[in-house]
Amino acid sequence: HYNQRDPMLKKRDDFEDVLEERRNSSDLRYALRCYTPVLYKGVPPCKSSMLKSMVLQSDQLHYVISQVSKETGRKTDEVQEEASAILDEMAHCQQLSTVRFFAFTLSKVFKSLFRSICVNEEGIQRLQQAIQEHPVVLLPSHRSYMDFLLMSYLLYTYDLTLPVIAAGMDFMGMKFVGEMLRMSGAFFIRRSFGGDKLYWAVFSEYVKTMLKNGFAPVEFFLEGTRSRTSKSLTPKLGLLNIAMDPFLKGEVFDVSVVPVSISYERILEETLYARELLGIPKPKESTSGLFKARKVLSEDYGSIHVYFGQPVSVRSLAEGRVNRRQFNLVPRHIPGKPGEDIHSFVNDSAYKLVRAQEENMVLKPWVLLASLLLQNQAAGPKEGLPLDELTAQAVWLRDLSRQYGAFLHWPDQMTPSEVVSSSLSLHRGLVRICEGKVQLAVEQGLAATPEEKLLNQAVIVLSCASYRNQALHVFLRPALLASAIHTASSTQKQEVFNSFSFLRNMFSNEFILCPGATVQDFEEASYLLVKTGAVQVSQQEVVVTEGGHRTLAFLIAMLDPFLQGYQVVCRFLCEEATETLTEKQFIPAVRKFIIKHLLAGGLRYAEVLSSDLQKNSLAAFLRLGAVQKIKGYVGFDHLECLVGPPSRAQNTTL
Amino acid sequence: MASNSSGGGSDRQRIAQQRLRIIAGHLRRPVDVDSTILAAECKAQDSKTDVSSEGKTVPRRRQEIMKWNGWGYSDTKFLFNKKGQAEFTGKRYKLSGMIMPALKDWLEDTFGTNLQHKSPATPILTSSAVQPPTLNEAFVEELKSTGIPFSHDAEDRVFRAHGHCLHEIFALREGKVGRVPDLVVWPNCHNDVVRIVELACKHNVCLIPYGGGTSVSSGLECPPEETRSIVSLDTSQMSRILWIDEKNLTAHMEAGIVGQDLERLLNESGYCTGHEPDSMEFSSLGGWVATRASGMKKNIYGNIEDLVIRVKMVTPQGVIEKSCLGPRMSTGPDIHHFIMGSEGTLGVVTEVTMKIRPMPEYQKYGSVVFPNFEQGVACLREVAKQRCAPASIRLMDNEQFKFGHALKPQVSSMFTSFLDGLKTFYITKFKGFDPNCLCVATLLFEGHREKVLQHEKQVYDIAAQFGGLAAGEDNGQRGYMLTFVIAYLRDLGMDYYVIGESFETSVPWDRVLDICRNVKLRIIQECKDKGVQFQPLASCRATQTYDSGACVYFYFAFNYRGLSDPVHVFEEVEHAAREEILANGGSLSHHHGVGKLRKEWMREAVSNVGMGMLKSVKDYVDPNNIFGNRNLL
Repeated sequence: HYNQRDPMLKKRDDFEDVLEERRNSSDLRYALRCYTPVLYKGVPPCKSSMLKSMVLQSDQLHYVISQVSKETGRKTDEVQEEASAILDEMAHCQQLSTVRFFAFTLSKVFKSLFRSICVNEEGIQRLQQAIQEHPVVLLPSHRSYMDFLLMSYLLYTYDLTLPVIAAGMDFMGMKFVGEMLRMSGAFFIRRSFGGDKLYWAVFSEYVKTMLKNGFAPVEFFLEGTRSRTSKSLTPKLGLLNIAMDPFLKGEVFDVSVVPVSISYERILEETLYARELLGIPKPKESTSGLFKARKVLSEDYGSIHVYFGQPVSVRSLAEGRVNRRQFNLVPRHIPGKPGEDIHSFVNDSAYKLVRAQEENMVLKPWVLLASLLLQNQAAGPKEGLPLDELTAQAVWLRDLSRQYGAFLHWPDQMTPSEVVSSSLSLHRGLVRICEGKVQLAVEQGLAATPEEKLLNQAVIVLSCASYRNQALHVFLRPALLASAIHTASSTQKQEVFNSFSFLRNMFSNEFILCPGATVQDFEEASYLLVKTGAVQVSQQEVVVTEGGHRTLAFLIAMLDPFLQGYQVVCRFLCEEATETLTEKQFIPAVRKFIIKHLLAGGLRYAEVLSSDLQKNSLAAFLRLGAVQKIKGYVGFDHLECLVGPPSRAQNTTL
Repeated sequence: MASNSSGGGSDRQRIAQQRLRIIAGHLRRPVDVDSTILAAECKAQDSKTDVSSEGKTVPRRRQEIMKWNGWGYSDTKFLFNKKGQAEFTGKRYKLSGMIMPALKDWLEDTFGTNLQHKSPATPILTSSAVQPPTLNEAFVEELKSTGIPFSHDAEDRVFRAHGHCLHEIFALREGKVGRVPDLVVWPNCHNDVVRIVELACKHNVCLIPYGGGTSVSSGLECPPEETRSIVSLDTSQMSRILWIDEKNLTAHMEAGIVGQDLERLLNESGYCTGHEPDSMEFSSLGGWVATRASGMKKNIYGNIEDLVIRVKMVTPQGVIEKSCLGPRMSTGPDIHHFIMGSEGTLGVVTEVTMKIRPMPEYQKYGSVVFPNFEQGVACLREVAKQRCAPASIRLMDNEQFKFGHALKPQVSSMFTSFLDGLKTFYITKFKGFDPNCLCVATLLFEGHREKVLQHEKQVYDIAAQFGGLAAGEDNGQRGYMLTFVIAYLRDLGMDYYVIGESFETSVPWDRVLDICRNVKLRIIQECKDKGVQFQPLASCRATQTYDSGACVYFYFAFNYRGLSDPVHVFEEVEHAAREEILANGGSLSHHHGVGKLRKEWMREAVSNVGMGMLKSVKDYVDPNNIFGNRNLL
């Protein structure tokens, strides 16, 4: 059975504040200091012009160019020129001077925004070692625009080879900034290029050329985009596929993949994200918009923790999983669709890596407070939680989360009440203390209509939820089990497992749940609940203990908004979806439906308004075959109501 | 430039004659103390086995001239003399009697060896270590009546129970002996073999053919699960050239003839086969056929499959052979391809008709230095593309280049050492080659003098396009000479806790660099993971070029001090290296064969159907598994 090491014993490195030195010495000297990074096998970084010509002269690209030319009847030269143009649009042109400019400016900005930027220096040392041995891929979590500037800043600070970063095309729209980013090492990829063979060839060859030759670490975001909810997003596989390809085809001995967890105590985009999720349109990225955002500079955003994880060897990931001989029978420059086994290997690896990011995310006490306040708020129209009770609950939750292996930064030198009040004061935009009672700041502002009022509330709730979500990965598995115990028709272990398996399956678009690891997750959850004395598990039964009800109630409440959300979407599809519901119409229609129910009081959770949840639930229903997509329309067949007992169709047994 | 014009042939004859003298000396020498003891032990020897093996390079009692637990001739080995300098003993080779001052440092630097820490071999085989023979009395009785010599002397049996895999030699050095043949039999001709195979079938005795004993695939190992009496059929006494046909340029030989004898005897008539595998001093014609051997000069003469015109093989079902000497036939699948590579599982090759060529008028060595291995490979690829490969072209990586330097004998004069220094200066300082990256290709040209010179220019011109600098004939010649000497070096290493092995593969051109890098790194990583305390040596060279790819040789060795089971670690690393080769598009073997060492990958190498085909041939030809060495399948 489940015999993973006790998560409490998980060894993590200590942090060091990089801003401390910035506050005590000249930024200018820092920006101009001698920069001599260690290199992979002593290979110096490659000039961008040289890189471009390597890509354009590659066998891979030649092949695709002649293929495209044959298919379209265009001249090879013409296609070649198109490829060259794509490359110009894409390519980075890193310049040390720009990097130095950023080093200087960012020092100023960071110092005014953040109290500290803490980095695990042992992780930096491991990275330095990895860079010398094998080509490196950096995979930071993505919660803010700040992420990749921060990454480059840190690598510069620690004298490491600056990464080249895959960035979305939307940045390019910002005229001056786009070019600046390009000069700091970003390269730009179109958000979608579907079947454009040539684009794909140029893009993948560009990335592979950098990687194979080890010119610089390649950095991209596994999640594909910034997570607006602070939950990790389902990994996108495109770039990871490309990054693993040189190893699979034997072009390099190994590739080191380094997950990096960046945790913000306060996210710069906090309310922006909430608005976006509620469908209040976001301003397009523009340079002037960025300057308007200057007012954020005057606020306190607490600290940032950056944890460079253990480098993961792609070779060891593939050991015993991938038969590399399959690539020996076709010339390697001919592009081919990866087979099913490769796809599932890359997918599993991606999940593992996202889990690794999650595990090393630093959680602040506020995250626990936000969870408690949200639960309290949903419990009913009360006057908020007395401060001392909140403190007591927070201490309880602190201990629980630590037992579950959370990477919690709770300042032990302060008293719990000091910790709570300092956390609350940093997030004063989201909470209000009134007569010694703490509640979410949802009543503020004058709104014309009840609907507007609701949306204003929802902004606060979603902002808070995004902090709670930071801790979700810690509680997710036990919470699934708790809910399974709650919904299962008996205490029979098999029943509970079936119910667990159903919930897990349904939520696998919502949370990071590794494909095929149901049994493992169940055992992990059982282990944690048993360890903390909340349940007893025998061969046959899963029984909640006397003292376990509090834990279970908390865990169930953690998952409840999502469960309710899926139910309401389900109800919407049953009640209101007509045969002509298009994908585009889905979000506005379901939103309207939810607002109606929220206002009528039939629904407690404003966070159900999150378009993220709505999209995820639809994707889940599609995956489960409850809903069908017919050329852009969404229809449903025999949607099983989620309120009922879980489906018995699960084949997995313990 | 051509200092040794047309010297190749006469040089060779001189060496051959010298070898003959030495062997004759061995045979005449009064029996020394050791062998008296041994002789006393073989009390059961049949009087008929005493037939003298005069005039033959390989005597029946191989142990008289060869090491029983190491490579090659007993009189030849590397050792550290009293001054602590490396010395190569004996008189057989060019390097014999010389001192190699740099070898000690190279060993110490490369492996972390220390001359104080010795791991000597057990000097004598104790016969108690050898299991008494399980004899099939009826078989022995009938065999006696045929008059074919045989022996069940422990030494004779042990000698034929192994090839030269590391684990085999390591065990012998420790005095450990596993399952060995119960009897050794020396047929004198094809008909003798027919008799022996008939008797083996009749009495259900397991036969294992033995040629030169140079297998590196565990091919000669006796299957421990074999319960029948095992008879080693040693072909060494079937070593005559039966005829030479100058009109058609073919020769007909008995299959037991070893490479050096074959070349020497043909040379006497002005011919050669041109088939020169690195093991040619000891390996036999029959062995080449049975393993699909490849020779260093295959670019001119071809591999064994190109050279063979007709083969006679004795199987339990009878003799398989073709009915004519036509140069090519369209008569269904070529039955020779059931024989070549059958690794002794179907029968014994007894006679072979082979192509011969007039001896080359002119031979010239050469060498080229490249700034790095990548450039060197690119050059070899271009040479292959233009189909202008010399008789031999080999590219050594940087590690081997350094190793070659370590084997440089003491320079005789100030002037040579000065010249050497000058050359080094020119290459590293003036041309900017990094001594830790540069690598060397060695070349051998053969043919008509003018054509050779023309050819040479063509190759050097191509080399120049890839940054190659001509580095002289001496370096080239030394490179080839070392081929024969290197095998002796493993024994020296084993005296000082260093174990090693070489293995080969063939791979398409576009993967040569990748496979070389990845396999070397895999070896290093595996050694680290398996607890090897010292940095291993992982080195490679491209030894053959083809239109579509190359043959790559890997060398791998490490200092095993501190390991409790070095051979196990060694085998794990070797296994991992083979996995890496296969993952990188390399073949299971280019010419060493499969034996038992690489059997586990055979099915994947040839597919299920392929395996079924081979099995059905085995089932038809040898239903009772008389040829039960269990190689290949």
